[in-house]
Amino acid sequence: MVIEALPLQVTAELFPNGISRYAVGGLLVGLGTVVIYLGTGISAGASTFLESTLSYVSERSRFQQYVSSRDWRVVFTLGIILGAAVYAVVYQGGAWTTDVQPWRLLLGGLFVGIGTRVGKGCTSGHGVCGVGSASKTSIIGVLTFLAVAIITAQLVSALGVSP
Amino acid sequence: MSDDRHPAFMPLILVGGLVFGFGLAYSHMARPEVVLDFLQFEDFGLVFVMFGGAAVTGVTFFLAPRLLSRAPLTGDTFERRLKSFDRNVLIGGAIFGVGWGLSGICPGAAYASLGIGNVTILWALAGMFIGAYLQGYWRTRSETRETAATGAD
Repeated sequence: MVIEALPLQVTAELFPNGISRYAVGGLLVGLGTVVIYLGTGISAGASTFLESTLSYVSERSRFQQYVSSRDWRVVFTLGIILGAAVYAVVYQGGAWTTDVQPWRLLLGGLFVGIGTRVGKGCTSGHGVCGVGSASKTSIIGVLTFLAVAIITAQLVSALGVSP
Repeated sequence: MSDDRHPAFMPLILVGGLVFGFGLAYSHMARPEVVLDFLQFEDFGLVFVMFGGAAVTGVTFFLAPRLLSRAPLTGDTFERRLKSFDRNVLIGGAIFGVGWGLSGICPGAAYASLGIGNVTILWALAGMFIGAYLQGYWRTRSETRETAATGAD
């Protein structure tokens, strides 16, 4: 409602691609979480998959604690990949590949892998499930990674790294 | 344990994942460029993704425990399982933020990115697995050391 009240120019500046793709996509992400929650009572996040899957190849207790959920987490992740593939076939008309440089992806992924597990959640666990349950821990987690990510991205951009 | 599971358990997880992944692709979060545009204040659409998702889960998490007794496929209650707060939430959140700001990708979006044909994202997925392994390695070691120290007392 507030958005509609804003002058169109400002809206266009803040949202050069409109808001419907983001809002509809976000609602669907929430719906996927809710389908699983209503059927099973589980609020599923995406990043535990990293550790639970490592339990297949490592005996470390840190990973073995997820043995009981590792099989359905693989299925959940396969579902995410397939669901995105359906989008690609229907709307994208083929594969899309990023221009972001591989070193950024590898190094960034490394930090994401460490941080999400130390920090107890990622954008889906803290951001969608945690904020949805009004968890103070998750709200603090989201504000922390959002602030640091903004600073990091702006710094990297200011250093002339693109894309 | 998988013998005790309801036959519809895995199919439901798959359906939930499909909707979740389709949503991530539809929202363009599977494209690192779009996330980086948000972090660089060029397109604020990501706010709608996170709050759109949180609005749906928020209503459900509020109503389900009040209207339903138990989850049909597991028999579990719909209680809130809140994560405890400690300094790891801040430390881990900050490390996650550096990675997210550098790469423009987070775990769920990375899986979805693979689904839209972005094979280049395998670099990020490799990094995530290495990172998750490293913290598990360090933390298992420090736990063992603490236990050993306590045991010596």
